[in-house]
Amino acid sequence: MKREHFEALQAARAKKVPLVVVTEIKTGKQALVYYKDMKGDLAPSADLVAKARQALKEDLGGMVEGPDGMYFLHVYNPPPRVILVGAVHISQPLAQMAALTGYGVTIVDPRRAFASEDRFPGLEVTTDWPDEALERLAPDTRTAVIMLTHDPKIDDPALEVALKSPAFYVGALGSKKTHAKRVVRLKEMGFDDAAINRIRAPVGIEIEARSPAEIAVSIMAEVTAIRRGHITGAGP
Amino acid sequence: MSTDPSDDVLSTAGEWRKGGKGVAVATVVQTWGSSPRPIGSQLAVDGDGSFIGSVSGGCIEGAVIKEALEIIGTGKPKLMEFGVSDEQAWQVGLACGGKVRVYVERLD
Repeated sequence: MKREHFEALQAARAKKVPLVVVTEIKTGKQALVYYKDMKGDLAPSADLVAKARQALKEDLGGMVEGPDGMYFLHVYNPPPRVILVGAVHISQPLAQMAALTGYGVTIVDPRRAFASEDRFPGLEVTTDWPDEALERLAPDTRTAVIMLTHDPKIDDPALEVALKSPAFYVGALGSKKTHAKRVVRLKEMGFDDAAINRIRAPVGIEIEARSPAEIAVSIMAEVTAIRRGHITGAGP
Repeated sequence: MSTDPSDDVLSTAGEWRKGGKGVAVATVVQTWGSSPRPIGSQLAVDGDGSFIGSVSGGCIEGAVIKEALEIIGTGKPKLMEFGVSDEQAWQVGLACGGKVRVYVERLD
């Protein structure tokens, strides 16, 4: 890979700009294909560019046939995201595990004592009010949103935004009893069963988790299972 | 596929290169059957044979690193193939029985 291509690739990734690196296997020539732009020493055919952009959209790269043999499409989408509402004890191991699993992590908690940078070293922490924070963060199909405070004042406004978003995972911590009360409130807010049934609650897969780290394992297992299609029916 | 912590592989490769080392990057470009690492997984190798990342569960890394060291010298990229149908696989061994193609290129 030419140095200028590598530098452009790294710059795009740092700025979270999606792109595909198209490599002509026979020659090693490469093109950097963005949604709207393109550069490189390879001049790909219109068909190849279309395939590259389709791969970007589907977040799925691979080898394709082209005008001069095989081409590899390497998709570089920004990392999927996990938004944790509540900078509580469980959020500490959960944030670390989510980061290790490859997610960009944001922790939202308006309570400054909880949402300190010291408790979440190296991660993005915001003390904005949850509905404002969530609207700004705009969860997409590659985002998981997890409510962890047990406090309706904090969880509910976030949940409201999350349920209106196409987030692939919406989870809320709390017992069956807590969740039943939550369902009543959401119905009063006007959400129908289909929206409410998207919520994973009690959150996480059943592994008899007790400690905060164990609960985090259970939640990340569920997020993974849904992302990879092992558990279905959670989408918008 | 971008979710992979192989993010760090490219960053490390870039730092090695900046530090004046020769660097090659190997990428999984095609898989069949139960290959252990998905398409897009990467392994970076420096001129001393230090490496970061992976392209399999550890079965073929040795062979890929050996090839990568060659490519750091020649600059000529190469598509490598490993699988059960391949003679080499019995020696290098994709124990899972899958097949994988790895593209190795120099970082100029």
